[in-house]
Amino acid sequence: MALGIAIISLLLLAGKQIEEKFTRNVAGIDMVVGAKGSPLQLILASIYQIDSPTGNISMEEANRLTRSPLVKSTIPLSMGDSYQGYRIVGSNEKYLAHFQAEFATGKVFSKTMEIVIGSKVAKNLNLKIDDVFSSQHGFDKEGQAHKEKQFKVVGILKTTNSVLDQLMITPLESVWAVHEEHHEEEAGKGANVLKLLEDDSVRANSIRPVQEDSKEITSLLVKFRNPVMGMMMARSINQNSTLQTATPAIEINRLFALLGVGVDALKWIALVIIIVSGLSVFVSLYNSLKERKYEMALMLSMGASRTKLFLLLLLEGLIISVIGFVIGIFLSRLGLWIMSKNVEQNFHYDFNVLSLLTEEFYLFLGALLIGLLAAAIPSLGIYNINISKTLADE
Amino acid sequence: MIATQNLTFAYTPEKRFDFPNFSCADRETILILGKSGKGKTTFLHLMALLLKPTGGNIQINNQEISQLSVSQAANFRAKNVGIIYQKPHFVHSLSVIDNLLLANYLAGKNQAKQLAQQLAESLGFSEHLLKKTTQLSQGEQQRVSIARALMNKPSVILADEPTSSLDDDNCMKVIDLLKKQIQEIGASLVVVTHDQRLKEVFEKRIEL
Repeated sequence: MALGIAIISLLLLAGKQIEEKFTRNVAGIDMVVGAKGSPLQLILASIYQIDSPTGNISMEEANRLTRSPLVKSTIPLSMGDSYQGYRIVGSNEKYLAHFQAEFATGKVFSKTMEIVIGSKVAKNLNLKIDDVFSSQHGFDKEGQAHKEKQFKVVGILKTTNSVLDQLMITPLESVWAVHEEHHEEEAGKGANVLKLLEDDSVRANSIRPVQEDSKEITSLLVKFRNPVMGMMMARSINQNSTLQTATPAIEINRLFALLGVGVDALKWIALVIIIVSGLSVFVSLYNSLKERKYEMALMLSMGASRTKLFLLLLLEGLIISVIGFVIGIFLSRLGLWIMSKNVEQNFHYDFNVLSLLTEEFYLFLGALLIGLLAAAIPSLGIYNINISKTLADE
Repeated sequence: MIATQNLTFAYTPEKRFDFPNFSCADRETILILGKSGKGKTTFLHLMALLLKPTGGNIQINNQEISQLSVSQAANFRAKNVGIIYQKPHFVHSLSVIDNLLLANYLAGKNQAKQLAQQLAESLGFSEHLLKKTTQLSQGEQQRVSIARALMNKPSVILADEPTSSLDDDNCMKVIDLLKKQIQEIGASLVVVTHDQRLKEVFEKRIEL
């Protein structure tokens, strides 16, 4: 009983939370533009920050798009580096504004290599204002470190319950700066290390002007003035350029449709488990009634009415199902908690564990009904007990 | 007081029992002796209204009870008849004291905790009141079931082979206790048994 309830409740919870997370993060973004590849991947990487980016697009093309009269606003994103497993996203203040982020302490970045970090990052990595660190290439903790340039924490955000909590935001220029050196270093590896080191010390204190047009970003989040016209624009971009557009709503629906099959299968399994557990309650009550037939006959001989004993047994079935339900709910919360710890480690996604869903209320009623039915049928046997025979036989 | 006249019962037309007449006043005891298969338990169940007789009359406290309906019978039995079974049986999930109080509860009376205490003391199991019944020895369990039969201060106590599973010592102890208790509450005691050891201690005897 408890197991079936736990599985169903876990599915409900996880489904709900994932959906909530996904829709909250997607709000306000009509289109994502990025390099050619899987549109789902582009969405997952740019909006949810869970998949790898598809590739880079040139800033020039992105800017051309931004200037289009159909576009209300755009947010450029540049990913590729991380620190201790947390993604560093190059963007601008608009990205923070998009999530209505507020600062717990500190302020927004104003210079290259300054960085603002999400609440979860700050908590888990124990970073404070003015801390410095160097990023790693890629999203693994083992990624090659960019030792030359160090980020400096200037702001810590309040919890927004969005992906922002698990991100570190820095100006686009920082990402470019880090990678420029990275490339130079690779090119001149072994050739003139000394010179490079000298260069570094000079460079570190001055922000070089960045020629935007030659720069690259990972993707562009776009908000249209008019969604219908926007769709047409998206089609023309897909056909006529090296860029790719993806609509979050469509891709996410596709993802849910894919996941839905698995979730449905699990739901059926859980339902079967509940029915089987109902049957086992039935069998155990039936057996216990047989064992306790004498007890029942005894109580009958002492003046108990059969209806009273019937209700007594029914209550027993009810209590079993209520206990089963409570344990099930508890188990599902425990499962979700463990899952969320796991997911948070791997994807920096977390779940809100404690809320009780309305669906679970129906689940409760269903469990009670099954418990009642399972108890009622064998308990009807009470009305057939032959007191004298039962008492004489034993 | 309890009395029967021309009591008959038939499980099937071939398996018929005719029971002898007897009467037993308050504070009196009567022993009904018989070998297995003579209908001892049937006789007792008839007196306890657990079975409905096919013919004849039974009176308890001068009230004719053979024609009571099932629910009336259950009510009457709970208030006026205490039954001690051959093997002591209890509701296993309840403690000793709760098993005693259950008799009050099921008869619709107030739960007489003090009476339970007193009975436990005079029957010598007061230190076991909070234990589960299964933790007690056979002799102790039999004494608890006597106490349970007395909980509602019935006017008749029916005992079905109360001593068959007890050794000589315990057997006599139990009978003494029973006799003493019915003197105190003024009830009649009917013992049905094949236990020949009891022959000497009962003056009034019937053989089936």
